[in-house]
Amino acid sequence: MELLTLIIVIVMLASAVAVLLLKDFLSALAAFSVVSLGLSVLFAILRAPDVAMTEAAIGAGLSSLLFALALRRLGLWRIKK
Amino acid sequence: MRRFTSALFLLGLGVLIAAIYQKMGFHASGSNVGQAINAVAADQLGAANFVTSVVLGYRGLDTLMELTILFTAATVVALVLGRRKPSAKRDPDAGFVLQAGADLFFPLLLIVGLYIILHGHLTPGGGFQGGVILAAAFFVPVLARPGTSIDHGWARLVEGLAGASFIFIGLLAMLEGKSFLTPPPGQGELGALFSAGTLPLLYIAVGLKVGAELAGLLAHLSETEAAE
Repeated sequence: MELLTLIIVIVMLASAVAVLLLKDFLSALAAFSVVSLGLSVLFAILRAPDVAMTEAAIGAGLSSLLFALALRRLGLWRIKK
Repeated sequence: MRRFTSALFLLGLGVLIAAIYQKMGFHASGSNVGQAINAVAADQLGAANFVTSVVLGYRGLDTLMELTILFTAATVVALVLGRRKPSAKRDPDAGFVLQAGADLFFPLLLIVGLYIILHGHLTPGGGFQGGVILAAAFFVPVLARPGTSIDHGWARLVEGLAGASFIFIGLLAMLEGKSFLTPPPGQGELGALFSAGTLPLLYIAVGLKVGAELAGLLAHLSETEAAE
């Protein structure tokens, strides 16, 4: 279990750094939602399934969607026809 | 200067986390409120999921305030975004995968969301989590076909009725001379679907309100015209 936790933490740290380094906003957003997803798995490992579900639904799903729509509105994410 | 302040902030954060780690360790809990609630919650409220008995029973007023915060946030977003120009261009329809996926997933997401809301007092989950899933169920079709839009009138009606019924259930307890949101006695069998007094009803209200609110918010955000 500790090995799994270590792997998740490393993945979370790597994607957090990727958020800072990626030039493309949408890719940075995807990396950001990976951080939230890793956090929700960590919550599940720590036996907090309620918080894990909230983090997965709101942190990884809803807030990424909100950010994506905000990028679309600001013109930072263009849809190619 | 900016780099210096960032480094200072990081240093402070590190010291703070190290201090907490030093005091508590990874698995330990800092207070014994949890043990006290674990000891009495099953008898007092009859909800198999103790998190629900805290969220809606012992801290029900906090949940009402959370709903108020969410409502305020959604209202402010609607105010800031304003109305859509009728002449603005709409996004083109999404590709085949998203369109077929949206059609396939709509009933599944609806069932999962309702299940999580209805079993909030028995298993992990509840109104907030299930409500977000309900909102996703109604929003994914909008993503697939940006031309169609959610009926905002219905969303507002459901949202208002759900919020009002939460307060109404709280007021019912006051009619009997107890304080606001006190669950009634007679909770039923621990772990049964119909148990835990008014807690499932409160969670249904929370779930419908969160779902309608977030679906409306997301639809409003996606309807506003994109910058050219």
